[in-house]
Amino acid sequence: MAITIQRPNLTLKEKMYFPAILGGLATTIRHAFRMLTGKTHVAMQYPEEKWDSHLPAYYRGAPALVKDEHGRERCVACQLCEFICPPRAIKITPGEIPEGDKFRKVEKYPEAFDIDMIRCIYCGLCEEVCPEAAIFLQKDYAITGESRGEMVHHKEKLYELGGLKTGLVHKWNDKK
Amino acid sequence: MDWTFTFISLAKILGVIFVIVLPLVSYTVYAERRISAIIQDRVGPNRTGFPLTVLGFKKDLVLPLGGLGQPIADAMKFILKEDFTPASVNKFYYWLAPCLAMAPAMLTIAVVPFGSTLFGVPMVIANVNIGVLFVFAIASLGVYGIVLAGWSSNSKYPFLGGVRSTSQMISYELSLGLSIIPLFLVMGELNLTKIVEYQIAHGWTIIPFSNLPNFLPGLFDHRAHHVMAYVNWRQILLWVPMFISFVVFTISIFAETNRLPFDLPEAETELVAGYHTEYSSMKFALFFLGEYAAMITGCSIIVTLFLGGWYVPFIPDGTHGWVWGLVNIAVFFGKVSALLLFFIWIRWTLPRFRYDQLMRLGWIYLFEIALVNVILTAGILAIPQSWFS
Repeated sequence: MAITIQRPNLTLKEKMYFPAILGGLATTIRHAFRMLTGKTHVAMQYPEEKWDSHLPAYYRGAPALVKDEHGRERCVACQLCEFICPPRAIKITPGEIPEGDKFRKVEKYPEAFDIDMIRCIYCGLCEEVCPEAAIFLQKDYAITGESRGEMVHHKEKLYELGGLKTGLVHKWNDKK
Repeated sequence: MDWTFTFISLAKILGVIFVIVLPLVSYTVYAERRISAIIQDRVGPNRTGFPLTVLGFKKDLVLPLGGLGQPIADAMKFILKEDFTPASVNKFYYWLAPCLAMAPAMLTIAVVPFGSTLFGVPMVIANVNIGVLFVFAIASLGVYGIVLAGWSSNSKYPFLGGVRSTSQMISYELSLGLSIIPLFLVMGELNLTKIVEYQIAHGWTIIPFSNLPNFLPGLFDHRAHHVMAYVNWRQILLWVPMFISFVVFTISIFAETNRLPFDLPEAETELVAGYHTEYSSMKFALFFLGEYAAMITGCSIIVTLFLGGWYVPFIPDGTHGWVWGLVNIAVFFGKVSALLLFFIWIRWTLPRFRYDQLMRLGWIYLFEIALVNVILTAGILAIPQSWFS
């Protein structure tokens, strides 16, 4: 059985289309005008404007190693971060601090410290687990490279990213 | 054979097609994208510049309005894409259809007077007596491109698009032709150049008394109270049917060029992409550009018939020097561009008509309005001149 659909009864104004068309044209030109006068909020124009100033304090970007005021690399090559890293992105080769060094009692330092940024998932577990406060997640998010090799951050790159961090607890002072 | 005439015509053809119309087509596409973007609160293509460093220059060309290189990049993309011909298509018609979509739009430009004169040469490629008839005859061929594309693709969605397009174009051609009969009743001319000359003498078709400069010597002499002597009541009465025929003609041009709100042949949501679903690469581009070329042609016809062609009050024609000749050409294409912007504006405002609404509008409203308009005009013209004075 056929179903009869009751069509709405249009008024003359609606049947003529023109008032509705003019209303629509007014709406679109208003949007265009607001856009042209810069009142419309549009998406960030990425390469010119960047996220940097909008990032929250807790943002988790690329991990990096830091040095302290004494110029000492804080990492003691305990390899806890290497063990906790879920995607196994971190690879540390521990080395021994030679006799006669000012920080001989620290005993170990990382000879090589590689983070494969293709594997890194920016989870921040390395920062959480570090007993020495040596590794921190920075706010760098645009980690790019043209080869897999370039995407591995070696020790130099990690210290360059991390730089110097002051105000940390000093476990290895002379008095202790 | 007169060789001078041949060379001048050839120069005009090359100049109009390659210097004006084709760039206008590609930048209409760009304007379409930018304007749709600002209407929808987006930014649109604002990146592509002119990478002159690729050609060995020191710096890239950066223009204040970004993205102006977009049409060139699009063209490069279309040329480099794979031109794929499906196995099931009718090869001959499949190849013929894109040409038929592009060629009529370009041919129609031939009879449109796009300027006054330049160095004494009239700025119209073919000054023929049957101007408007030529336009209708050739522009109607455009439907073959769409129908053949739909049929030869051997696929159901293009076929439906082709069928829809045939019925739509046939319906609207009636009102298209009928709507401008009042114009010919008044002007007694089919030649588009003469129609423009009539509008210079009597004012634009839809704006009576825009032929102000013609009155000027009379307006400021001592008989200033006789201003009404220059105002013709018959022209004021005729303004009503002229305006009606302008509205009907413009709506029909929308339908004829498959623009929204009449773009049923390629309704994406229902027909994938309509008649050009099976086309790729440059063949698709020909349909795409043909549509815009048809739009430009349609706008030029509207401008020539209703908006005074290349004429605006107070600007002299080409006989006063070649600079004015160029200004006239610029004025004409300025008017065309303004109309194109209006087309784009409409497109991003209105939703698509339902099929039965489209047919109803064409056959029940526009066709009848155009018919009544013819009678109305004839009636006004039949009133003796003595009644007005």
